[in-house]
Amino acid sequence: MLKTFKFGGVHPKEEKLTAGLAIQRLPLPKKVILPVAQHIGVPAMLAVKKGDLVKTGMLIAKSGGFVSANIHAPVSGRVSKIAERIDASGYKSLSIVIETEGDIWEESITLDQPFQAIEALTTAELLLKIRTAGVVGLGGAAFPTHVKLEPPAGMKADTLLINGVECEPYLTSDHSLMLEKGSEILKGTSLLMKVLKVQRAIVGIEINKPDAILLLRDLAKNFQGIEVEPLQLKYPQGSEKQLIQALTGRMVGPGALPASVGVVVNNVATAFAVYEAVAFNKPLIERVVTVTGKGVSKPGNFLVRIGTPIKELIEAAGGLPEDTGKVILGGPMMGKAISNLKIPVTKGMSGIVLIQEKEASRQQVMPCIRCAKCVDGCPMNLEPYLLMMISEKGMWEQAESNHVTDCIECGSCSYTCPSSRPLLDYIRTGKSKVGKLIRSRQNSVLTDKQIPI
Amino acid sequence: MSNLFTVSPSPHTKGDDSIPKIMWSVVIALVPVILMASLFFGLHSLKIMVVAVVSCLLFEYTIQKYILKVPTTIRDGSAIITGLLLAFNLPAGLPVWLVVLGSLVAIGIAKLSFGGLGQNPFNPALVGRVFLLISFPVQMTTWTANITVTDTFTGATPLMLLKEGVKSGKSLAEITTNSQMPGYFDMFWGNMSGSLGEISAMAILLGGIYLLWKKIITWHIPVAVLGSIFLFEGVLWMAAPDRFMDPVFHLITGGVMLGAIFMATDLTTSPMTPLGKVIFGVGIGVITICIRNFGAYPEGISFAILIMNGFTPLINAKVKPKRFGGK
Amino acid sequence: MNNILFITIIVISAIGSISAVVLYFVSKKFMVFEDPRIDEVEALLPSSNCGNCGFAGCRAFADACISADSLNQLNCPVGGNETMKAIAHYLQLDTLLVSPKTAVLRCNGNCEVRPKTSKYEGVLTCGAAHGVYGGETGCHYGCLGFGDCAVVCQFDALHMNPVTGLPEVDDLKCNGCGACIAACPRLLLELRKQMPKHRKVYVACRNKDKGKTAAKACKVACTGCQECQKVCNFGAITIERNLAYIDAEKCTLCRKCVTVCHTNAILEINFPTRKIKSEQISEA
Repeated sequence: MLKTFKFGGVHPKEEKLTAGLAIQRLPLPKKVILPVAQHIGVPAMLAVKKGDLVKTGMLIAKSGGFVSANIHAPVSGRVSKIAERIDASGYKSLSIVIETEGDIWEESITLDQPFQAIEALTTAELLLKIRTAGVVGLGGAAFPTHVKLEPPAGMKADTLLINGVECEPYLTSDHSLMLEKGSEILKGTSLLMKVLKVQRAIVGIEINKPDAILLLRDLAKNFQGIEVEPLQLKYPQGSEKQLIQALTGRMVGPGALPASVGVVVNNVATAFAVYEAVAFNKPLIERVVTVTGKGVSKPGNFLVRIGTPIKELIEAAGGLPEDTGKVILGGPMMGKAISNLKIPVTKGMSGIVLIQEKEASRQQVMPCIRCAKCVDGCPMNLEPYLLMMISEKGMWEQAESNHVTDCIECGSCSYTCPSSRPLLDYIRTGKSKVGKLIRSRQNSVLTDKQIPI
Repeated sequence: MSNLFTVSPSPHTKGDDSIPKIMWSVVIALVPVILMASLFFGLHSLKIMVVAVVSCLLFEYTIQKYILKVPTTIRDGSAIITGLLLAFNLPAGLPVWLVVLGSLVAIGIAKLSFGGLGQNPFNPALVGRVFLLISFPVQMTTWTANITVTDTFTGATPLMLLKEGVKSGKSLAEITTNSQMPGYFDMFWGNMSGSLGEISAMAILLGGIYLLWKKIITWHIPVAVLGSIFLFEGVLWMAAPDRFMDPVFHLITGGVMLGAIFMATDLTTSPMTPLGKVIFGVGIGVITICIRNFGAYPEGISFAILIMNGFTPLINAKVKPKRFGGK
Repeated sequence: MNNILFITIIVISAIGSISAVVLYFVSKKFMVFEDPRIDEVEALLPSSNCGNCGFAGCRAFADACISADSLNQLNCPVGGNETMKAIAHYLQLDTLLVSPKTAVLRCNGNCEVRPKTSKYEGVLTCGAAHGVYGGETGCHYGCLGFGDCAVVCQFDALHMNPVTGLPEVDDLKCNGCGACIAACPRLLLELRKQMPKHRKVYVACRNKDKGKTAAKACKVACTGCQECQKVCNFGAITIERNLAYIDAEKCTLCRKCVTVCHTNAILEINFPTRKIKSEQISEA
């Protein structure tokens, strides 16, 4: 019996159209747009001005605090604008626009000669390299990696989990990365192990990627303490708490950090970025993005520079199909639908899914028949039907006492509901209202800012 | 860009489940029961089933269209299920007008007056049946001869034989050796007297397996009902074998199977959480055995289910799933 | 038979009498003393229980009134000055008179002037749509048009206009309770000082984008051109982040700013029609 997480879960149709396809390198974009807030935490602070010349890999925005990350120029060229640009959140945010002039790399980046003395580096040196390179979680949340690698005082990690689950339908960027850069991922993993001072790492991969499991198992023989664990096919296994439960049996309490149970989780793509940062001093300026969809003529996995407008990516995949009704950044379960194609690729974007018009609309909402499928499907063991009801009525205190803030917004409830009820829409509203209530109780001042998403 | 993109909150994909799909799967699960009913009661049973289904659909359509003035929902199949389940709870010889009246109560009072699909606190088919049972006790307990039982005309159900036997002071041994009392195999196969749908435990179990396979019901309620009946009656039987029948008898007679698998598992009127479902099922089992052994009626499953339906909101409010990682 | 009847009557009467005695003592023992003035003050309040005074309801407000030394910090926005005067008179306390306010919508981007750039699908509440993205139009500050404000209005003073897709405030019914202010995720509604005859002059826009971007998204957006600021003789207009704001306390309703606005972002409401000047505006 393969391992999986304990509560709930659904099994969406996989639709992995691009599984096993080789990673293609996208030609340099004409211009790149880099929002200074493309990670969780404090936005980065501008380090360039309009008109500056930058080289590929040069620091253009400096980490704005502990929970923040550096941003580097993904191409060489001239900073043409520093202005508000619409980003993946659907709102405008401050962005740096660079007109591409070429691809001249910073001298400190040694792509040809991997850094030889990796073994000799101390933990602090490794951590500094990772932090300098602006590595963030590449699975989707874009949480700064160096923060994860320094658990708060009193917490000690004993296991590192590497997330190769990729449970979202359609997406295959991690899969193709595992097939092509398996040994680099494992090298990155052992670096992360060294930073965290743990003896054990487990790479969790869902059983629908048998080639990746076999390959990594084979490669892992050369590494001490790295195991590869196949997992049952179940969504949302790639969610941090669910993955920890599946692989180690430990449960992270509500609101607690994974480190509280001695675990740190990183994505395979993050492990790869860590390896590159340490071995080549290469900052995080490119990533693998899957462009897919049923109507797409040449779907594929593309290695692109961060900041590339997604329009160019879609062009590379054969252009926008006529019947596209919806464009999703990320997977169809948790991704964000967007309204135009000027939005740039950000660090946390793992895929672009183009949904055909006939599948883009929701079905008619029917009354709740209390079938309890949402309760059975909730991976956090909540009662989505109830949370929706009380959020709809605005009973925020009740929503709080029913743990609406535990919701991980995986969408299993809305997916499984036979009445096509918009459970998650309401729960999300409730979650943000309750979050505000809790914050206002903690006496923080509500400002004229948009609700963070 | 002429056509605009649709923007909506995630998730952007949807499972295949839908209300009509669930309802029609239940109808398919009921097919073996329909077949057994027609096999044992012939045209009588078909007549009752057709009348119940047609009148349920008709009442639903008429009330929604002309009284409530809301869009009609007869296509989702739920009225068909109510009609079939009501028919399964009626004796084969019931006059047609009573079937129509039962359908009116089931659809009009138990379902639509509470707001229709998903809003009814009590199982509509059972409300219809209990209304008829209380208002027309004679007609509702006149069991038309089971055609394959050659030696009786008005075959009393095994439970009635038991109840009347106990009332008249007969010993259990006398009752069970009564010529009218079928053997256990006959009871399981369906060769006994009773309502249309309750006679064949085998057909019901087949339907139940289909429902479990299709993931429309979970195992909790049927197992809790049957298990608690078995255990509770088993304890009574062990304590006083001369006063109480053995547990197997109670499992395969009367409406226990039908109730446990098709009526108690009604999605709308049963609790939401696994633990809640188990509590619900155990409640049904215990109340059923109490009514059967100590009450005035020979059969108690429909009352037990309705009583526990009443407790469902309380169970939903009090029995919460343990949240992930919570204490 | 008679016997049973007799016993029944006695038993039931006995139960009744015992319960009555128990109830009597319980009500005595657990009686809570309440200042009778609370009832009196509550009777003066509009009993809308809207909670916009900052208390849980009219009774809680009345309680706060009688325990306060002065009514200066307390205000019932619904009842307004009349109610506060009445309470002050009854309690022999001072009260500060505040100028009554009504809500205005600081967005005029109706369907015609603000072209759609996407279709929203999902729960039709402003809160949900605001959480997903910038909205169906290019303006990320403007009205979403799903009527969260109209839903919360207890006084029937806000209605969605199906033609413009925007909410409309009924000046006569609006008493400035402020419920809609909190309901709007984009803070588009503002309580402004009531002027004679409900006349209003205000900038119906909250778009903080640069002028060009704002004008592209909406024809009636404020572009921050500063023309209005220049003509205002009373220093009532401030411009911050490409957006003009008219301070209702300083505004004298002279309407000079309305005539100079290129995009008609400044609205004048409840004024008699200006024959010649209004033609000029439409030509411009």
